[in-house]
Amino acid sequence: MLRYTLKRLVSLAVSLAVASVVIFLAIEVLPGDPAAYMLGVNAQEDTLAALREQLGLNMSGWERYSSWILGLLQGDFGTSYTYRTPVADMIAERVKVSLPLAVYALVLSTVIAFPAGIYAASRRGRPGDVAIMGVTQLGVAIPNFWFAMLMVLVFSINLRWFSAGGFPGWDAGVLACLKALTLPAIALALPQASILARVMRSSLLDTLSEDFVRTARAKGLTRAQALRRHALRNALIPVLTIIGLQFSFLLAGAIIIENVFFLPGLGRLIFQSISSRDLVVVESVVMLLVFAVVVVNFAVEIAYALVDPRLRAGR
Amino acid sequence: MSDPRVDHIPPEATPFRTWHLAFRSRNLVIGSVLTLVFVAAALISFVWTPYDISKLAISEKMQVPSWSHWMGTDHFGRDILSMIMVGARTSIAVAVVAVGIGMLFGVPLGLWAAARRGSMLDEVIMRANDLVFAFPSLLIAIMITATFGPSAVNAIIAIGIFNIPVFARLTRSGALSLWQRDFILAARVSGKSSARISFEHILPNVTNLLIVQGTIQFSLGILAEAGLSYVGLGAQPPVPSWGRMLADSQTMISIAPHMAIFPGLAILLTVLGLNLMGDGLRDIFDPKLRRSRA
Repeated sequence: MLRYTLKRLVSLAVSLAVASVVIFLAIEVLPGDPAAYMLGVNAQEDTLAALREQLGLNMSGWERYSSWILGLLQGDFGTSYTYRTPVADMIAERVKVSLPLAVYALVLSTVIAFPAGIYAASRRGRPGDVAIMGVTQLGVAIPNFWFAMLMVLVFSINLRWFSAGGFPGWDAGVLACLKALTLPAIALALPQASILARVMRSSLLDTLSEDFVRTARAKGLTRAQALRRHALRNALIPVLTIIGLQFSFLLAGAIIIENVFFLPGLGRLIFQSISSRDLVVVESVVMLLVFAVVVVNFAVEIAYALVDPRLRAGR
Repeated sequence: MSDPRVDHIPPEATPFRTWHLAFRSRNLVIGSVLTLVFVAAALISFVWTPYDISKLAISEKMQVPSWSHWMGTDHFGRDILSMIMVGARTSIAVAVVAVGIGMLFGVPLGLWAAARRGSMLDEVIMRANDLVFAFPSLLIAIMITATFGPSAVNAIIAIGIFNIPVFARLTRSGALSLWQRDFILAARVSGKSSARISFEHILPNVTNLLIVQGTIQFSLGILAEAGLSYVGLGAQPPVPSWGRMLADSQTMISIAPHMAIFPGLAILLTVLGLNLMGDGLRDIFDPKLRRSRA
């Protein structure tokens, strides 16, 4: 297990290192002069030069890369070109919206998908199963930002149950915040819940055809009892893996949903920074998201290997 | 053993039987019909649309659906049905090219990795794939747009890059099990190089897998394109696209909900059709599933 973990850790470090180089090259070395953008077309050459000096733009690429990475390692994400505030503070402010949103959506998706998948598997081929599978087909195919717009139309504009967007801030109380995050979380959760329910169902069906379930039935358990006591736990392993992987999809998917609901999260931060060519912010937020994805995937792999020893032996 | 394809076709599968099965599969029939409708709409839009979408008619703006405008008009008075037909071109073109990029690079990489399975090269290719996977496609798209500016071409590249590891992994795992088979051994004994074996014997046998995954990636590509256009990172005006039609409709959703409903339905039905078609094809191609259904 230790050997396996170490091997994974090395590959985690390599992934992050390569990712940082790719992000840096893509965003910093390619065209666009932030100094010119900030000062506008009428800027004097000496003002531009002074600003470039101040932003560190006239260092070599290698120097800028190493100072960026060293900063990241110490929690210093640089200073925003536009707002002149530390990027770390801006990110910390936005994470307070994006992370609860992703967690909320993950919880919703799990709470919906588990019963739906189990029910469908236990009624395989009957109307209940067919209905649930039909709904999940729709759930996978629906663009979630469109679903979000329809929910706004129904629940915000017609019924006036929720506000159409915006975020009151955590000072306004937890309930008000959860309420503001509810429609976005449902929109984010819908496709994920559909996928999860399908995985849950097929994994359960696979397990139900195993010998140990037949043994359980043979000793007199009903199909439902065998499912609950023996099949369910075994069927959970692939489902848990999917949940882990979905977290990264939720973080990234939130980028679009945040724009539908005007939520001040990381996604809107990225868009605002792109339009003002605030490259330091773009690069740090993208790096942070990639970091989150890679680390979550790493945790899933390790957890998986803990439960299933066959995986440790290598592929 | 002369024809490698004989190896995976169960004895009962004749062309007639395959077609028979295809028509019996409800998923495949519904899915193909939906897909054909949208492909046809895109093709017809090249020669004819109900109205000219480049002409603005402000006096007819935001009309609700009627006999003259089946899906109503938008805030510039353009016919929404015509816009959806032309928008289908953008969606389909972006998704097709993105899947093409994924296959063009992914399949040879997967074949190569499988041919050198267990080697350093295999490891490097697969790790590089994992790395691309670590960037959600939307992040790749955002980075590309941040540097090169938003456009349909950049959206294609972003979605396409993300497709490469999908096809590389699929090809590799399909190819790995094939390399253990007797007909591959026969080919090796007859002196064929591993590159020739990969393209002449392995590739034809993973084609079914690739077609099924292709339809799924196609539908994901349409969703991704719609999402990117919606946030303004995809096709730019005046090229019509379903995602941007939705973005335009958002501020007017309370007064003209039909502007939001029809483009969204177009995306939903196209993606649904492709997914159903993929499921249907998988059922037909996978003899194991077929036997359990019979």
